[in-house]
Amino acid sequence: MNDVSSWSKINIIREKDRPTIKDYIHLIFDMYYEFHGDRYFGDDLAITGGIAKLDGMPVTIISNVKGKNIEENKQSNFGMAHPEGYRKALRLAKQAEKFKRPIICFIDTPGAFCGVEAEQRGQGEAIARNIMSFFNLKTPIISVVLGEGGSGGALALGVCDRLAMLENTVYSVISPRGCATILWKDSSKEKKAADIMKITAEDLISFKIADDIIKESSGGAHKDPEETAYNLKEYLNKTISELLEKDIETLLINRYNKFRKIGEFFEDKSSL
Amino acid sequence: MDDFFNSIKLRIDYDNKSKSSKGKKNRKMAIPRDLLFKCPRCQQLTFMDEFEKNQKVCLECNYHSRLSSKERINMIIDEGTFIEYDEYLSSKNPLNFPDYDKKIEQAKIVSGENDAVKTGEGKIFSKLSVIIIMESNFMMGSMGSVVGEKISRAFENAIEKKLSVVLFSASGGARMQEGIISLMQMAKTSAAVSKHNDAGLLYISVMTDPTTGGVTASFASLGDIIIAEPKILIGFAGRRVIEGTIKQKLPDDFQTAEFMLEHGFVDMIVDRENMKNTIYNILDLHDFSNGRDGGKLNNE
Ligand SMILES: [Zn+2]
Repeated sequence: MNDVSSWSKINIIREKDRPTIKDYIHLIFDMYYEFHGDRYFGDDLAITGGIAKLDGMPVTIISNVKGKNIEENKQSNFGMAHPEGYRKALRLAKQAEKFKRPIICFIDTPGAFCGVEAEQRGQGEAIARNIMSFFNLKTPIISVVLGEGGSGGALALGVCDRLAMLENTVYSVISPRGCATILWKDSSKEKKAADIMKITAEDLISFKIADDIIKESSGGAHKDPEETAYNLKEYLNKTISELLEKDIETLLINRYNKFRKIGEFFEDKSSL
Repeated sequence: MDDFFNSIKLRIDYDNKSKSSKGKKNRKMAIPRDLLFKCPRCQQLTFMDEFEKNQKVCLECNYHSRLSSKERINMIIDEGTFIEYDEYLSSKNPLNFPDYDKKIEQAKIVSGENDAVKTGEGKIFSKLSVIIIMESNFMMGSMGSVVGEKISRAFENAIEKKLSVVLFSASGGARMQEGIISLMQMAKTSAAVSKHNDAGLLYISVMTDPTTGGVTASFASLGDIIIAEPKILIGFAGRRVIEGTIKQKLPDDFQTAEFMLEHGFVDMIVDRENMKNTIYNILDLHDFSNGRDGGKLNNE
């Protein structure tokens, strides 16, 4: 068992120079063409997407975008998408299905953006539509958590055949800070909340929600982005070939069951 | 006016005294709830009996207040036709989250239910349908494993029996105490909705107060037809979270049913007194056995 606490992991993924999709994309893929817009409202730079080659195989990439400085973060809204971001993601995913390209989603977001315009344009509907539609896409989907996976905004890119997490990443229903505020009315207790919430890659493996953990370079991905990218690439190659061996019907049934199984409850009258 | 309040105050005092001896469990019930309804939308006070006679709709502003799942069944389902599914499913504490077990026990007492959703089948003016009703009295209708499982099973039952689903949502969102497992219930339920959809069956989503967070961002927004009760809260993010982000107060009508209708996320707003009729008519319009087999439209 890894004895790095959830809090030290959170500190690693909060490193200023933690690599983002913009660092990884050219280390993993060739010929990345970014495509823009949801065709309804606009283009949300909190999500990037497009096509590229992974060792010669065309794939569709969809990713949350985080910045490393204020300028970049302004552009990508700190990785918090608006509805048009999720609708762009769905458009590109359906395009991938049409051209039989595997889809690779990278999750790196504190959550969906909470704002007036996001509500006006249907943040809830946009996320719901993605979740439902991804279950029907007749092409393999892999989701990889690169940093933090926050709530519904992460799940909008998280319905997949295989969920992998980089070694130090977390995935949660609410941020540790938010949880601490609700539990103890004290956001400074986020360290304690982080442990209680069980949000690390190991935790998610134990709940059978995540399937695989991808190694980062020693001390965290920021120490050696190239090495981490190499590990990511190796994982993606291996996993895509495994998924491509299955026929589409089996893949969709497995995808349904993967999520259908999640949940713990008492079933009998006697347990009441 | 003063008299009005005095007499009420007396009765409240009396109520508190008379019930305090029954122990802590009942104390919550003892407060003015017995007597008065204070509308959260317009702040108007109404006597409880008048409010209840009006199907728990505010006489002043038409806010459609929360109902228990039992009250909803009485209002929508033909008497004696409701057959409950999975009523004994109840929550575990998968994260060993502090105080969660206690919270569940309390919620069971307060709501009289085993978790935050009731599922089953019943007749609406003789039309059989699968019914899903969320219970806001149980931990704010939050969705954990039990809610996710019962809703998924209900949709799967509907597929097997080729039935429509009528779902009344009422939820604060995901259940934090079940962590990432609660988030995944959004995926699980949406997948079941998707299967039901693929089977060509009708799903009517009725949003009631409140429909927010992870429920808005999953099955509640995925109905073929989305109905909302007047003046209720519908939204994704919490109002205070948004106010914190934009550093200003939001208008009163923000995230109401009317707001969602205006922005295109709700098909229609229906008063409580017309709800059963409306649902029946929509079911009827989708009933192929009813003198219309679809003709050339029917591909089978
Ligand atoms: Zn009112």
